[in-house]
Amino acid sequence: MEHVLEITDLKISTLRGKETVPLLDKVSLKVGRQQCLGIVGESGCGKSITASALLQLLPYPLSVTGGSAFFTASSQARMDLLTLPPKLMRGIRGREIAMIFQEPMTSLDPIFTIQQQMFEALHFHYPHMTHADRMDKSLSMLRKVNIPRPEQTLASYPHQLSGGQLQRIMIAIALMNNPRLLIADEPTTALDVTIQMQILELMNELKETNDASVIMITHDLGVIAETSQHVAVFYAGHIVEEAPVNELFHHPQHPYTKGLLQSISSLTGDSRQLYAIPGIVPPGGSWAAHCRFAARCSHASGRCLTDMPALTEAAPGHFCRCFLHSQEVEA
Amino acid sequence: MSEYLLDVRNLKTYFPIKGGLMRRTIGHVHAVEDVSFKLKPRQVFALVGESGCGKSTTGKSILRLIDPTAGQVIFDGQDIAALPQEEVRLLRRDMQFIFQNPYSSLNPRMNVWQLLSEPLKTHFNLPEWEMHKRVEAMLDKIGFTPDQLHRYPHQFSGGQKQRISIARALITGPRFVVADEPVSALDVSIQAQILNLLVQLQQDMALSMVFISHDLNVVRFISSEVAVMYLGSIMETGPTQDIYAQPRHPYSRALLSAVPSLDPQRKKVRHALQGEVPNPANPPTGCPFHPRCAYATDLCRRQRPALTEQFGRMLACHHPLED
Amino acid sequence: MTSKEHIIGRRLSRGDGLLKQLWQDPLGRAGFLGIALIILLAVFAPLIARYDVAQINARSRLAAPSITYWFGTDNFGRDIFSRIIYGARVSLIVGLVSVGIAAGIGYLFGLAAGYFEGRVESAIMMLMDIIFAFPSILLALLIVAVLGTSVVNTMIAIGIVNIPVFARTVRASVKAVKGTDYIANARSVGLKNGAILLRHITPNALAPFTVQATLALSGAILTEATMSFLGLGIQPPSPSWGSMLSEARTYMEIAPWMVVFPALFIILTILSFNILGDALRDALDPKLKL
Repeated sequence: MEHVLEITDLKISTLRGKETVPLLDKVSLKVGRQQCLGIVGESGCGKSITASALLQLLPYPLSVTGGSAFFTASSQARMDLLTLPPKLMRGIRGREIAMIFQEPMTSLDPIFTIQQQMFEALHFHYPHMTHADRMDKSLSMLRKVNIPRPEQTLASYPHQLSGGQLQRIMIAIALMNNPRLLIADEPTTALDVTIQMQILELMNELKETNDASVIMITHDLGVIAETSQHVAVFYAGHIVEEAPVNELFHHPQHPYTKGLLQSISSLTGDSRQLYAIPGIVPPGGSWAAHCRFAARCSHASGRCLTDMPALTEAAPGHFCRCFLHSQEVEA
Repeated sequence: MSEYLLDVRNLKTYFPIKGGLMRRTIGHVHAVEDVSFKLKPRQVFALVGESGCGKSTTGKSILRLIDPTAGQVIFDGQDIAALPQEEVRLLRRDMQFIFQNPYSSLNPRMNVWQLLSEPLKTHFNLPEWEMHKRVEAMLDKIGFTPDQLHRYPHQFSGGQKQRISIARALITGPRFVVADEPVSALDVSIQAQILNLLVQLQQDMALSMVFISHDLNVVRFISSEVAVMYLGSIMETGPTQDIYAQPRHPYSRALLSAVPSLDPQRKKVRHALQGEVPNPANPPTGCPFHPRCAYATDLCRRQRPALTEQFGRMLACHHPLED
Repeated sequence: MTSKEHIIGRRLSRGDGLLKQLWQDPLGRAGFLGIALIILLAVFAPLIARYDVAQINARSRLAAPSITYWFGTDNFGRDIFSRIIYGARVSLIVGLVSVGIAAGIGYLFGLAAGYFEGRVESAIMMLMDIIFAFPSILLALLIVAVLGTSVVNTMIAIGIVNIPVFARTVRASVKAVKGTDYIANARSVGLKNGAILLRHITPNALAPFTVQATLALSGAILTEATMSFLGLGIQPPSPSWGSMLSEARTYMEIAPWMVVFPALFIILTILSFNILGDALRDALDPKLKL
């Protein structure tokens, strides 16, 4: 399959005093054309900084400390996003790779109308476009994301619109320049379920109509099930499991994934007791040298408390970082 | 003595909209519009709905954290809505509120001991040793050890903070609590722990609870009765199992069908909603849901349906969904 | 986000870390040392001063700086070094007392305005705005002109002028704290107003107030210097940096040291307080650190 993005051994660290603290550890991922890669994990697991690193938007003192991320642009040029000079990166952001964030309210500038903000996005990449063309393009994008009364919406300020509408507009702006890759960081977390459903369906459609690939970053396995073809489960700064979506939901291998799925499905059962993974989510950077889930795992024993399991293929295309499922157990 | 611990009758909470040079009131946001429900002792009653539906304001109005505009809140035979603030303050020993965000609802400068002894000092006149006994008993219930007494909130994880927050609410031994989205600020793997703790405490302490949430899965797990709210009003209320098995209100059905399924292959039958929730400052005439309802008729546009008993539950709809 | 909250919490609940943190910041350390130097000079003035500040010595008028007179002498032959050291006392005392007046009254006004909204707030803030509308030095001069010139009146004048800044700062932080969940929590637990104010609001609203006090000190010292320079502040023969500058005006060309040294000390003091205030604000504000 053709890959739009290939991340290999991406490492991100931060500075705490004079100490370098790893936040993301050797993450490798691939995003296929017109595919949606789901990244799921809890707070501090490294899912959002992965996205920021791809666009060179890591806030100080975070920095990429290793790895590569090869992106194939629409011109078929292949480039490493992590080492791209800032000038070239500006041509990538918003045009080749677009990003949408969790909070549409704060991602749009409150003092400009929607029209001004859409025109600005167009102007940056197409400075010679005429006013009429910009108008046409903006209106057609708003129609594409099912905004009712697009003319009226263009003249509105962000505060005059609802969260759902603003997130549609963010998607419209993101897709305006036909990006090859759309990175969505918790795009529906701030929205209500009925609106979430509309937005997710919209993104599923646009993937095909716009020939775009998507990276969907979320904490919600339900959102993953709705949108993704392939899933990577992040825990404490690295991937613990990676598989095609059906495989992951039907045959989860890692105790963490299993636990999450079990606790959500026990919600819908009749029991008065939920399945709960014990312990706390380890805060960023304070990670054990052995299996990072061992402290919360009911299967943890012997090697789990001394060694770090590798990400190995448990079934075809299904990778898992656990001694229970690696061939090394028998060896 | 009635069989109900709490009886909310025609509760209304409006917020004034100020505008113009003189900051005069130019309108009202109808946050809670004529809400009625009853709660039996030891029952968990859920208020579910999307943001802006008034579920949180309802919860706060019941406890007089916000003063309601009209209606009665009869708790244990007396109308709380009509009491002066000082008497309500004394009643707080018996009715408490659990907040959504444990990161912001604990005073960062107070340690666990101060946080848990403060409600006791406020409502009881206890000797020091007795307070220690009660605080330690409470710590035990939330799975803490006494050596954590002198730590500050920032030294705990989100889930642990929410445990402290729950302990602070329950240490005076209330009979009734309102829990406002108590797990939605927490990580997925932690939510289950806190829900288990809440159920455990609710049973051990014989608590009655109004549980407010937007998460339909959580509501199904925790409550025996549920009220689905939309734009300040109850659309449908009754036993949780019945409503989840067969919603009769078009809005409840749309809401339930929008919950993502955990099976990527089995896509649910969707009852998608058009448009967005209207502005509660300017609610539609008739049924508040009619602009987004596929079954809306002239009657719905003209006349607001009353909450009446149908299909073994209370329903506010002119055209309920038949079998 | 979690880590940010974590750091906010850590800063807020551990006061002892603050001094350490200030010391680690190079600017904070510089400000701290500068102020320590001024304070030491002021406290030990009688031991350090080499001459009587008021002693007129006609034979050594306008002497240039030398081993005998480190900073030279003025038109009356008085030792400028000694006068500057005693001037530090005046500056610090006037600064501290006037900021004390301003902070105390401002705090009460701010607390009342922030906690009890509505008419109380409007009335207090209206008064504050009126005071605020005057250029501060003009208002201080006006007050002294009415009350008469004396050290005490100078302090009262500077104090009154500074009330609005404190009232505003405190009101803003009280309002911010009041809107937090933990105040709603305190109310839901059933605490009385007094307990909420004392135990929950006051400690959490104190940080910006501390920063403001440091910055106001430099402002007050500068105002005193200006008033004395204009002749409406500290009266001769009491040594004040402002009045020394004022006297030096006439001799600027023949005895530049009369201007240079008091000016240098004013700058040193103001600068020290300002950078300490900035460092304090950074140390108390987690947003600037992450």
